[in-house]
Amino acid sequence: MSNALETAHLSKRYGRTWALQDCTLALPAGRVAALVGPNGAGKTTLLNLSVGILEPTAGSVQVLGSSPLKQPTKTLPRLGFVAQDHPLYQDFTVADLLTLDRRAGKLSGGQQAQVALVLALAKRPELLLLDEPLASLDPLARREFLRTLLDATIETGLTVLLSSHIIGDLERVCDYLIILSASQVQLVGDLQEIGQTHKRLIGPRQNVDAIAHVHTVIEQSQTERQTTLLVRANGPIFDPSWEVQGVSLEDIMLAYLGRQAGEQLAASSSAHKGMEVVQ
Amino acid sequence: MIEFYLDAHSGVAPYLQIVHQVKQALRLGLLEVGDQLPTVREVVAQITVNPNTVLKAYRELEHESLIASRPGRGTFVQRTLASDGLASHAALRRSLVRWLHSASAAGLDSESVLALFLSTFQDTQKEETA
Repeated sequence: MSNALETAHLSKRYGRTWALQDCTLALPAGRVAALVGPNGAGKTTLLNLSVGILEPTAGSVQVLGSSPLKQPTKTLPRLGFVAQDHPLYQDFTVADLLTLDRRAGKLSGGQQAQVALVLALAKRPELLLLDEPLASLDPLARREFLRTLLDATIETGLTVLLSSHIIGDLERVCDYLIILSASQVQLVGDLQEIGQTHKRLIGPRQNVDAIAHVHTVIEQSQTERQTTLLVRANGPIFDPSWEVQGVSLEDIMLAYLGRQAGEQLAASSSAHKGMEVVQ
Repeated sequence: MIEFYLDAHSGVAPYLQIVHQVKQALRLGLLEVGDQLPTVREVVAQITVNPNTVLKAYRELEHESLIASRPGRGTFVQRTLASDGLASHAALRRSLVRWLHSASAAGLDSESVLALFLSTFQDTQKEETA
């Protein structure tokens, strides 16, 4: 199947700070993808590069087979985009926007989100990009929003990419996952496959070199007697000294996010400054 | 008609939860041959789940010939799982109760009983699939 979005070594720099670095990924058409990462990870930068609001410092991005920056007439009509805080023309009545009759600025956060989504869907886009659509919504409004979104994907082939730092709900809603942290892509793939290939290993305290040789260790912790690992398995795990357990998607995401926050602690303060420029 | 639910913290993939719930309903006789399953759109409205997840679950059930989709009409139960199993539930339950009594006589508390049952269950599962 073709890809709705494709990036190759896509990078964006502000001054000395990389907001996005060497991002290579593909989003197959027809998927509902979650773009997950902590604040300042580069999610908004990736979305803005994808709609052509920003120009890459290096690398390239293809949306529905064309460059959003160089061939906007080929991409923009087929693209829906709802920016952060679902901006509406605050003084327009909803009748101007839709058919109701209230000033958009007087709608609740949940209602504004719904109106912004309905407007974006009314264009019947092939690819819909949503920047933190769930951030300001209460749990009920969130469900309502997601229901409208998912209903729109039935039998239309609509591809969705939604960024979120709230990871609850994503497993039921999305079937594709992109984890971004510290300006870099950490993990991309089919959500279910990701769930199946990640395992928690529990065993007596031991050296992890042997297992790390075959599988990718994402997270490890040691007590006096016990070693606990979260690994991406690159095949079956035969070593009987490990008890092998499944891992929830939430734990997998947290492991990737946590790993990077820990490893790149030194770089994080400058990365945050970079994001303030973006927002 | 069957109503689905999703447990976000079970660690079980959403499509498998739907498969399990249909099978459970077939086992308990809550779904019978000829009964209609909800459409993808109805399930999405009910439990706010990715449509591909529902399709995947239905495909798997169809692959096991438990359900069949009739174009333009819907998806229907084709085979039940409630056969002989249901009749032997009572006898199995009685022997399980006897076992539970002997476990408690041996001094096991309820958590130890569950742990023992689960680990034994998993071991026999492994032996069967090995």
